[in-house]
Amino acid sequence: MSRRLRGWVLALGLGGLGALLVAACLDLPDFGGERHPYGDRAVRAALSRHTANVVSSVNFDLRAFDTLGEESILFGAVLGTVVLLRQTRDERQVEPAPARVSPSVRRYALIALPLTLVVGLYVVAHGQLSPGGGFQGGVVAATALHLLYIAVDYRALRRIRPVHLYAVVDAAGEAAFVVVGAAALLGGSAFLANTLLPYGEFNTLASGGTVPLLNAAIGMEVAAAVVVLLAGFLDQAVEIEDGPSAGRPTTGTRE
Amino acid sequence: MADALVVITLVLVAVSATAAVAVRDPVRQALVLSLLGLTLAALFTVLQAPDVALSQIAVGTALTPLLITLAVRKVRRRPHERARGPRGRSE
Repeated sequence: MSRRLRGWVLALGLGGLGALLVAACLDLPDFGGERHPYGDRAVRAALSRHTANVVSSVNFDLRAFDTLGEESILFGAVLGTVVLLRQTRDERQVEPAPARVSPSVRRYALIALPLTLVVGLYVVAHGQLSPGGGFQGGVVAATALHLLYIAVDYRALRRIRPVHLYAVVDAAGEAAFVVVGAAALLGGSAFLANTLLPYGEFNTLASGGTVPLLNAAIGMEVAAAVVVLLAGFLDQAVEIEDGPSAGRPTTGTRE
Repeated sequence: MADALVVITLVLVAVSATAAVAVRDPVRQALVLSLLGLTLAALFTVLQAPDVALSQIAVGTALTPLLITLAVRKVRRRPHERARGPRGRSE
């Protein structure tokens, strides 16, 4: 195909795509309008199942199957990272030297660490009641642990972060979601249908049927996934160097 | 009033997104990306989507820039730093 022809094909494709996009946008409802057919139905469904946070109701009840897909994407991405960033034969592991941290940075990070961790756990626990949920809270809780890297150094972080345990928790969170979904099948309804548990009293922690359970499973999975993901990157950035492991057999976990 | 807030945050998002593309150094890019995440979170809050804003802050402002800076550190360390030995942290 000549250069000229290729240019024409590209122009045709771009022009067609642009025209279709403009046509579709012209047909959209107005910005901030009065009519929200999907929103009305979602709110009604959430209230009928005593879930105060409608977004959580959509994520873990009405569209729980989509959330399973998203959770699996994260799980697969972390799995791929662990495989790609493992220590290969032509790399060696070096012990990171202790680093000097300025006292004000250390003080700030050590105060912020427990606060951030509690905020993360709070956001996970209240996913069915207020904005947030397993995904947001999980990421916050996981990043909180890494404040220890800022406050002290990498060796301190490594001590409180046994990566293989977090990998197990990651898989357990992913499995828990499927198990709760399959339990609904045993109860005689559809996969991930919210029919297993009583809906509870509106606006309390235990309300919403299986929503808090699925939310907690996501929280576990995401927090552990982020820790494992960052561990792969941190190991590469801090510990693993090029060059064969001369005289230093890598008895590490990841040969 | 609400519309004015939407317009202001949209402009902020557009400016920081353009800056993220215009800056060429990856480390600075990560910082600008973090700022972009913050403006996006403000936009989502103004549009009454606090759930999305929380995700945006956690992932876009904290996690992604951190992963980028760690990757940059790994790439830069390779050719010339072996003689000096590893340090415990990034500067």
